[in-house]
This record gives sequence, structure tokens and C-alpha cells, in this order.
Amino acid sequence: MSAPMSFQPVLLWTDLLLFVLLGAALLAVLHVRGNEPLRAAWRKVGKRPAGMAAATVLLAFVVVGVLDSLHYRPLLPAVEAVALEAGDTPEAAPVPSAAVYSTEVLSVLDALLEPLRAQTEKTYSAPFAAQLYQREAMELPDGRQVRGYPRLVHGAAHLHDPAGERAGDVAARVASGIGQAVLAWLLFFAVFATLAWHGSSLAWGQVAAAMLAGRTVLAWRAVLVTLAIILLIVGVCLELAPLYHVLGTDKVGQDVLYLSLKSVRTALVIGTITTLVMMPFAVALGIAAGYLGGWVDDAVQYVYTVLNAIPGVLLIAAAVLMMQVVIDTHPQWFDTAAERSDARLLALCFILGITSWTGLARLLRGETLKLRELEYVQAARAFGVRTPAILRRHILPNVMHIVLIALVMDFSGLVLAEAVLSYVGIGVDPTTISFGTMINMARAELAREPMVWWSLAAAFVFMFVLVLAANLFADVVRDAFDPRRS
Amino acid sequence: MLAYLVRRVLYAIPILIGVNLLTFVLFFVVNSPDDMARMHIGVKRATPEAIERWKADRGYDKPMFVNADAQGRARFTDTIFFDKSLRMFALEFGRADDGRDIGQEIRDRMGPSLAIALPTFVLSLFASISLALLLVFFRATYLDFWGVVMCVAMMSISSLFYIIGGQWLVSKLWALVPISGYAPGLDAARFLMLPVLISVLAGIGSSVRWYRTIFLEEISKDYVRTARAKGLSELAVLFRHVLRNALIPILTGVVVVIPMLFMGSLLVESFFAIPGLGSYTIDAINAQDFAVVRAMVFIGSVLYIIGLILTDISYTLVDPRVRLE
Repeated sequence: MSAPMSFQPVLLWTDLLLFVLLGAALLAVLHVRGNEPLRAAWRKVGKRPAGMAAATVLLAFVVVGVLDSLHYRPLLPAVEAVALEAGDTPEAAPVPSAAVYSTEVLSVLDALLEPLRAQTEKTYSAPFAAQLYQREAMELPDGRQVRGYPRLVHGAAHLHDPAGERAGDVAARVASGIGQAVLAWLLFFAVFATLAWHGSSLAWGQVAAAMLAGRTVLAWRAVLVTLAIILLIVGVCLELAPLYHVLGTDKVGQDVLYLSLKSVRTALVIGTITTLVMMPFAVALGIAAGYLGGWVDDAVQYVYTVLNAIPGVLLIAAAVLMMQVVIDTHPQWFDTAAERSDARLLALCFILGITSWTGLARLLRGETLKLRELEYVQAARAFGVRTPAILRRHILPNVMHIVLIALVMDFSGLVLAEAVLSYVGIGVDPTTISFGTMINMARAELAREPMVWWSLAAAFVFMFVLVLAANLFADVVRDAFDPRRS
Repeated sequence: MLAYLVRRVLYAIPILIGVNLLTFVLFFVVNSPDDMARMHIGVKRATPEAIERWKADRGYDKPMFVNADAQGRARFTDTIFFDKSLRMFALEFGRADDGRDIGQEIRDRMGPSLAIALPTFVLSLFASISLALLLVFFRATYLDFWGVVMCVAMMSISSLFYIIGGQWLVSKLWALVPISGYAPGLDAARFLMLPVLISVLAGIGSSVRWYRTIFLEEISKDYVRTARAKGLSELAVLFRHVLRNALIPILTGVVVVIPMLFMGSLLVESFFAIPGLGSYTIDAINAQDFAVVRAMVFIGSVLYIIGLILTDISYTLVDPRVRLE
């Protein structure tokens, strides 16, 4: 019998949907490549430095989010496996040294950030601190009791005299991080330049020079500059984070940098999957109402007026409260705590989707009303093309730009909404790491003496960068695809 | 006009029935009252007697739609559906979990909510329209460019940060106004200044950008060129022509929120401990007081529908071409 796998893959529902979305995005890329008008529109996006820079930042966040969506349950050490044998897990094979997997669900990101995840302190510690932020009773080597700031277990633990050595140590590591970042950037630059050079009549050097000077059709320079900034931050953090708490630790001693990175996935899930789940309804109902008219139109309009009439927060609150009851009264549905909080995250996406599809449906209905009177649609009807075929071939492709614009425009609003809802207590599960839960926990820290500012600052910076990039990208996409803004 | 209004009000009735049915399904059909009781009491302590008592306290122990035991009209009136759902049309909301009358509570809390929402509304409308006109006046200059950049940056900050940051800076660091609280009468101004200011700031980014787009769309129309051609100054064009003609799209977004002002702002009221409807709702959500949430949903939708009707009326006031028939 072969040795048990060292991990068991876990596919949460939101993971599945995220991967479906990624797959759809890849298909869309293939589709765009073969379609000249679409390519032209995307080229317009590519020409705008703001759009390309924002896209680079978003891509970096997506990489973090995708790494955090590859979940698994690690194998427990054999000793514990024997101890756990009594509690029969369904995965356990009938051999004594059977594989028992932890009930804790980890992700690839957790594995990459293992030092950050595992190196928890007792409570608050400031960024780069060597000592705890709180006075505690300590025992000196000679047995006396004093109150002081104890050394951290992990942060700056490799230094003997933190006050004296820290500045030099940090500077050396920052330099080394910058060096690595520069190397990585040169590599990326070479790859991009080769991509741009491929198929062009110029020499490689000329292409590379044009990219740096910003003379290319696509805004490569914006990408390179943004990438340089991202790589510098990543490089320096890679060097420093295993030894220091770069952004400090929170109340229970978790590294704030780790929490911030984990929040990215939650934000991405809320921002994208919500639109993904509501899109089919909005598209189907909006187009049907606009094209068919009559009682279908009346019914769809009635439904969305009713949903619109209820203030968004209250509808979400009511739905989330009820969903919470369902989840709490059916604990048997979920194997692990991660699955339960994932169910709540997914439910939140659905609820947000149900409350927000009305806007898109109304836009699509209006556009379809216009399209159905156009000559080519009337011609298709005159030729006897069936209604479903007209909708699919003539209406749907011509309203897709509205869907795309809605997708990118809604993203930032949803990320912001998540934070507010989680603060109000109707957002994600309190055990899910998200910007909302981070802010919620950090809220009382400003009032504390001495003040704890780093959790809030970290949440602020991460959220600001993500939402700002999303807003900028959305604007560029809208400018490129909205025919009224040519 | 009157006929139109009557028709609109009649049209509102099926929508309210829809809202009512939706909330009923959400609160009583998706989860049985037993589930809610178990959740509320705590799964571990939920004995059958405790559940029965919880349900009896709230009147959830009746049959859902038809009471087979009762006689006559009581067959239908002595049910959860009639008691909890239909009575809302008479604005009878029953009692909250703490035993207080929800209707009375709502009446008491409307004042503070309005005291904060009304100044916020007026100030932010004024500020964002003036700033948008300023950007449009200086369009295609650095001022316009950086103004839009500022707007996008301000839009990208969560309102939570505006509130937390403002409270920390103004109340804690500078100690200019109390951190939170409320006092009736004129004394309230002390407590209201900061929340109003923060609410205006938090919303200004997106609204300035929105109004700027509207004005820019209007400014590219032919009548504006004509106005300039006959020698009007740019200021006169902006205020007398562009602003007036842009009122229709502005009203569409603005008037509908006026009745909603009664509902207050959830976040601001809860952070600043203002005893309005917003904090009432948040407290109810946190305490899982379903009766209050249900009542607020109903009131919210009534106010929304009033807002829609007001929007239509306001069109006739600003645009003589619009006639409601």
C-alpha cells in the first residue's frame, strides 16, 4: 500500500466558483483574440497607462487570491493519528497508521507564508518591534519579579541587542530585498520585451528601449513601473517578514501582514462571485423583459421594483439573519469550520447578488428595447429566425459591453460593502479573515492608550490600493466599451 | 395630475404586498419559528418548553395561515400571517424583544435621525454641485484632472475609515467635540457637527464625479454653444443653462432619497451613539430582534415608494415639458 498523501485537497464552493470565473476569463480572452472589434476595444484599454497600471496591481491581488483558494487539509503526524483513531474520520483507511487529515483547512498561500502564520505572539506588538506592546510581569534570571516589556517569541528574536543591531540588520535585509527585486524585475522586463518584440520588424534592443521610453502602442512603461514597485515591496517583505512582524501583530498576536494578505481573497470572492451569480438572472430577465415585452416585462419590472423598494442594507440584514439560522441549525452539513464559514461567504455573495441584479437588469432591458427596433433585428425577425436564436445571436452579443462594464464597476463597491456589512455584523463569518473583520477588531484600538494603529493602517492601505486600482480599471474599461464615450 | 397620483398610489399597493410577502417568506417560511427560537435561545439550552415559551411571548405559536380551532373571522385573523404581516399595513408593528412598542420607538427616534440626515443631505448636495460646477468651469485643466483624481481616491476609501479617522482626529486628538452622544434641542449641535461633516466628506467623491459627468454631457449640447455664441459669459451659461437643464438627471437620483432620510444612516448613528432609527436597526440586527428588522424593512419600502412618487412630481416642477397624465 502506498504511503498516504501528505495532504488532502479541499475544494470549497467559493474556490470552485473562482476557478469557474478564471476559466471563463480565459475563454473570453480566446474569444476576444478572434474578434476584431473586441480586440480594438481592449487595445484602447491597453493604451491607457492608468488602466495598465491598475490592471497590474489587480493581477497581483488576483495571484494572492488564487494562491489562497487552493485549499488542502494537511496530514496529521502519525503519533496524533493513533491518538485520534478513536474518533473515526471517514477518510481514515483501515490500517493502524492510517492517514488522518487535520480538520484545519489550509491554502497554498498559508504554506508559502508558513512563518507568518505560525509565528504568533502573545498580543499586540508594533511593526518591527522586538518587545511586546504591553507590560507584563517577568521573572529575571536571578529570580526577581519585575514588570516590563517582554521580548517577542519570534519578532526580531535573532538579535541579541535589538536596540543597537536592529537598524543595521533591517537596512542590510532591505538592501538584499531590493537586489532580488531588481533581478526579478529585469527577468520580467526581458520576458515582456521578448513578447513585444516577437513578430515585430525591429531589433530586440529597439523594442526594449521603446518600452522604457513609453513609446509603445500599449502602455508597457506603466506596467513596468507598477511591477517595479510591487516587486520592491514583495522583495523587501520576503527578506524581512520571516524575522520581523513588518506590520506588527494584533490583539491575539497574529501577524497583521498575514491577515491583510488573507483578506484579499475574501474581498476578491465578494467582488467577483457576487456579480457572477447574479449575472445570469440579470441578463436573462433583462433581455427577456426588453425583447418580449407584454406580461413578461410587467412581471420582471414588478419583481425588481419590489426588490428595489427594500433598502439594500435591510434586505441583506434580513436575508443574512435567516441564512445564519439555517447554517446554525444544520451543523451536520459541514465537515470543517472552513466549510461553514465558506458557506456563509457564498450565501453573502448570493444575497448581495440578489439585491444588486436589479440595476443591471434595468440597464439591459432599456438597451434591448432600443435594439429590438433596429433594422438588423427586424430583418432577422422577417426572415423567420426564432426568438431564442435572435436573443442569442443578435441581442446578447450587443449588450455584453453593458455586462462587462457592470462587472468591473460593481467590483469596488462590493469590496467596500463587505467591510461595512462585516462591521455591522451581517457580513462574513467572524472567523473568516476579511478587511471588515480586521477593521471591526481594530476599531477599539485607536481609543486604547497607548494607541494601536497598525492593524487599521494595514487594512486601510490594502483596501485603498485594491479599490483604487479597481476604480481606475473600471473607468478605463467603461471608456473603451461604452459607445457613448468615444 | 390628481388622477396620475391616485394611479401611482394604487400601483404602490401591489409592490408593498410584494415586499410584505417577501419578508414573510424570509422570516417565517425559510426558517420555522422553532428554528428561530432555537437560534435565539442558544442551541444547547433550547428545551422544548423554552422554545414554546419563546414562541408564545412573541405570538409565533399560532398557526401560519389558517387557524382551524378558531371560529368565524378569527380563523384567518388569529394567525401569524395576519398578526405579523398584514397588520403592518395599519402601521402596527407589535413589540420588540425588550417589550417596547416598535411603533412608538420609531416615532421617538425619527427626530434624531432627521437631525443628522437633513443637514448632511443639504450640505452634501450643495457642496458636490458647487464643486462639480467648479471642475466643469475649469474643464480640461490641471485643476479638473487633479480634482477627478481626488474624487476617485476619496471614493476608494471605505466610509468606516472616514468615521474612525474623523473621530480619532477631531474628537480625540484635537478634542474639539465630544466623541459620541446626543442631547435633545439646540444642544445637539455640538454632537451633530462631526457626524454631519464626516458623512458629507465620505460621500463627496462619488457625487462630485457623478454631477461632473452630468454637467459635461449637458455642456456638449447645441443649446450651450448657441448660448455662448450669443455672447453669454461662461458663468451665466453654467448657472442659467447647464445647471437648470441638468436638474432632471440630478433629481432622479436625489429626490428618491429624501423620504429615506428618516431611516438615518446605520453606520454614522451607531458610531456616534445617536439614538436614531439607524442605530435602532443595527442594535436590532445584532440582537437578532426579527420583529424590529421586519418593521424597518416595511417602513423603508414605504418611504422608497413615496420617494418615487415625489420624484415624478418634482419633474413637473423643474421641466414644464413633463406632464403627468
